Amino acid sequence: MEPEITRLAQPFTTVDDPLQLGTHTLQSRLIVGTGKYASYELMGEALDTSGTDCITVAVRRDRLIDADGKNLIDAIDTSRYTLLPNTAGCFSAEDAVRVARLGREILLGLENSGADWVKLEVLADTRTLLPDPVATLRATEQLVAEGFQVLCYSTDDPVIARHLKEAGATSVMPAGSPIGSGQGVLNPNNIRICLEYLKENDPDYPVIVDAGVGTASDVTVAMELGVDGVLLNTGIAHAGVPVSMARAMRLACDAGRLAYLAERIPKKLYATASSPDEGVISLKPR
Amino acid sequence: MDTMQITVNGQSRAIADGLTVADLLKELAVAVPHVAVEVNRDLVPRARHAQTELKSGDALEVVTLVGGG
Repeated sequence: MEPEITRLAQPFTTVDDPLQLGTHTLQSRLIVGTGKYASYELMGEALDTSGTDCITVAVRRDRLIDADGKNLIDAIDTSRYTLLPNTAGCFSAEDAVRVARLGREILLGLENSGADWVKLEVLADTRTLLPDPVATLRATEQLVAEGFQVLCYSTDDPVIARHLKEAGATSVMPAGSPIGSGQGVLNPNNIRICLEYLKENDPDYPVIVDAGVGTASDVTVAMELGVDGVLLNTGIAHAGVPVSMARAMRLACDAGRLAYLAERIPKKLYATASSPDEGVISLKPR
Repeated sequence: MDTMQITVNGQSRAIADGLTVADLLKELAVAVPHVAVEVNRDLVPRARHAQTELKSGDALEVVTLVGGG
């Protein structure tokens, strides 16, 4: 079957359809996290350079001690970015649902358009930070019933990916490799099967690679597979020069997207000459 | 003034009887637009802060946004 491909309006430009995630239309295919930066200033510059228009945030207890201390909310332009609150740190479906509601409440107060969605993370244990697929599915069902658009952080297992979509997930976001590990896309074949399963008869269903990106080429690899976007945080925040890495990630995302749309040549075992066979003056070896 | 014990973000705290969520947030000098509040694991929407009276033994969570991935 021929893949459904949206052609670029003009070759050699990065003009492309925006990324549609449920009711949200994003101009950039990178979703960037706000964690682990050495300072808010550095974070702001890196986010700006990455070209993203959607950033993830976490929900945590207010420290209640330093009313004068600068809050993340003071440090970001909430009218520029769509915030995507996560449920990071939750190890049960119940807690993830609570955190999703709390995040929505804060975003409603900020009048940010991200109030109607959530990046659902329900983790299994602290060492691997691998998602708990059963609890993730239960939380997805609950949150969808409450009207959330649910973006599900998942393993790269195509079967659970399909279950999450059937439960009403707005997007399934398989991990390239464990969170913050910088190992890139460890099993591209699973991502490819996820794409086949999730986009079968539904080519616009968005699939995002979330987690594991260590450097620019990891983003390109993911995008070349045909995923719709990449979500990353540590790869930029903990790079030696985060702002430069943010630019690299942006270019890598465009490169991978363009290469995917351009339809790469198949891999072959043997060589194929680029120069004509005809008119060669040399004798061919046998 | 009579006081009662509640828990706020895991810390025990004595507050005046009859305080509402809105009163407590004022007492804590919290930037109200930046937080969300749960009482006994149930969200209390902003619009209900002023009429939600706290009871002895209530457990509150006052949360905000922080950097995350």
